[in-house]
Amino acid sequence: MNPSAALASILGPRRTLSRLLHDSRTRIALVVLLIVALSAVFAPLLAPYDPTVQLDIVRLPSQPPSFAHPLGTDPYSRDVLSRLLYGGRISLAVGLGAVLLAMSFGIAIGAVAGFIGGAVDAVLMRFVDAALSIPRLLVLILVASLWGSLGLVPLTLLMAGTGWFAVSRLVRAETLALREREFIVAARALGASPMRILVRHVLPNVAAPALVAAALGIANVILLEAGLSYLGIGVRPPTASWGAIIQDGAERVSDLWWLTLFPGLAILVTVFACNALGDALRDAFDPRQLPRGNDPTFAAEA
Amino acid sequence: MTTPLLELENLHTYFYTDTGVARAVDGVSFAVGVGETVGVVGESGCGKSVTALSILRLVRPPGRIEAGSVMRFEGKDLMALDEEAMQHIRGNRIAMVFQEPMTALNPVFTIGDQIGEVARVHAGMNKRQALAKAVEMLKLVGIPAPEQRAGEYPHQLSGGMRQRVVIAMALVMNPALVIADEPTTALDVTIQAQILELLADLTRRLGTSVLLITHDLGVVAENCTRVIVMYAGEVVEEAATSDLFARAHHPYTEGLLGAMPRVGGEKDRLATIPGTVPPPTNWPKGCRFRDRCPYSWERCESEHPPLYQIGGGHTSRCHLAEEPERRQHPHPPLAAQRGATAA
Repeated sequence: MNPSAALASILGPRRTLSRLLHDSRTRIALVVLLIVALSAVFAPLLAPYDPTVQLDIVRLPSQPPSFAHPLGTDPYSRDVLSRLLYGGRISLAVGLGAVLLAMSFGIAIGAVAGFIGGAVDAVLMRFVDAALSIPRLLVLILVASLWGSLGLVPLTLLMAGTGWFAVSRLVRAETLALREREFIVAARALGASPMRILVRHVLPNVAAPALVAAALGIANVILLEAGLSYLGIGVRPPTASWGAIIQDGAERVSDLWWLTLFPGLAILVTVFACNALGDALRDAFDPRQLPRGNDPTFAAEA
Repeated sequence: MTTPLLELENLHTYFYTDTGVARAVDGVSFAVGVGETVGVVGESGCGKSVTALSILRLVRPPGRIEAGSVMRFEGKDLMALDEEAMQHIRGNRIAMVFQEPMTALNPVFTIGDQIGEVARVHAGMNKRQALAKAVEMLKLVGIPAPEQRAGEYPHQLSGGMRQRVVIAMALVMNPALVIADEPTTALDVTIQAQILELLADLTRRLGTSVLLITHDLGVVAENCTRVIVMYAGEVVEEAATSDLFARAHHPYTEGLLGAMPRVGGEKDRLATIPGTVPPPTNWPKGCRFRDRCPYSWERCESEHPPLYQIGGGHTSRCHLAEEPERRQHPHPPLAAQRGATAA
């Protein structure tokens, strides 16, 4: 079952929210994301050292975790905990920024294509089809390596520019279905202009599936950013990012395990929380899909 | 009759589909007077709803209102208006009540919001005034605790309540004409009468004309002054309600009346009309009801019947008007014969 607005509607927005908040996945995901977000926002206060300063290249490179450096240091004698905290800023900023941009663009294009239809729809969607047929990672690697390494803003724009295609398809499909719904015809019969119908009747009803896509999209962008940084073509060194920390220890994974383990865990936990939130949203919007474990049909079979 | 409120002349609405041109509405003419309630009856697929959508010019591609169709409303030529002028008429001068109150309301907005929206679009009211108007309308359509109800979502209301809300939305601007497209079909029988009574009562008080589309002749008998019977995209009979029930002329109308249960009627099985409405991409050449008609003869195959005047504003699209003696010799309709051999 796709998370369709039609279904969200059977319950109404308020009840959807209460279902969402009663889902234990939501609560865990929100707590995790809150911790990650707070530690990123307050990184300057929490970090014991400057994340880009090489503390003592002679005596302190590649130190395992200790009291002075709880997560150890990297081969350049930088404090890993500080880099991890600052790295969270990059991951979250790129993730949120890129998804926000991609969503706005994808929703606008999708809604226009679905609502106007005809030639406009055909041209836009053939372009999206073509764009979707090229693997996103390849495009990212190509552009990033042409540029050398990227600043935060270009990286976010690049992620957004390659991330809106699937959303626009989703929103277009929802809009097409909505367009034939009787309340849209009723709104036209009551004299609402096309613009008003689009803004008041179509967009609120595509919000549900778009929100689910956004939660999953953030996880995806964080992974991609980590991947690019790991390949050395993400954010410009010495800027800290989770992927970059792993890259710094990549050649000696078995000795310098703390350079892989801690940023790896940070990525894992954050991505997992985003995905859990996305799944919880999907279920909250879809009354027919019961939370896992509580499904009476499965209970009966077991 | 003085100048009618709404006049349709030779309305053609065609749908250009892959399987051919569907002539859903094929030359329909009728008029609705000021304050009058006119019923439009017929089976599914005979063009009733498309006629309704055509009046509001809400037919979407691949459907199109053909050139030469004339629609006059309050002295204006609806075909000549631009889209913006049409938007001003929709919901303001002509409003529509839809069949499914569940799907005709937007699930993500409160009902107060949705009723108020009509006032915001047409009367330029602000949010607050619009909400006050919505509460007033809810009171008018007899919804208890209207202030509280205005803040609820469509799914929180019963079917009958929702249809009251839809009626409230239609009446916000006090339109001259309400088109009700099977307004009670989706409701429980017990609620149907209440809703029709409400609609009749309000429109009488407000002096609103109603075009009541239905397949239920009982609804027509109770609510309408005049009836238009549609079949296969055409008007086949038009008469004052009492006249139609007493002296139905067209064999199709006869069939519809025969298919209606009556108190004190003989306890046999209800009569049915054999066969179905032919596909609109391929109307038969002569009379479109010929295959299902118990009186049809050669003339019905070759000659498409015009609307004959049979006196007192009563018209019928049947050659029996010129050869009434043939009514004495009914035979099993062709559709029934075919059904028998097939079985």
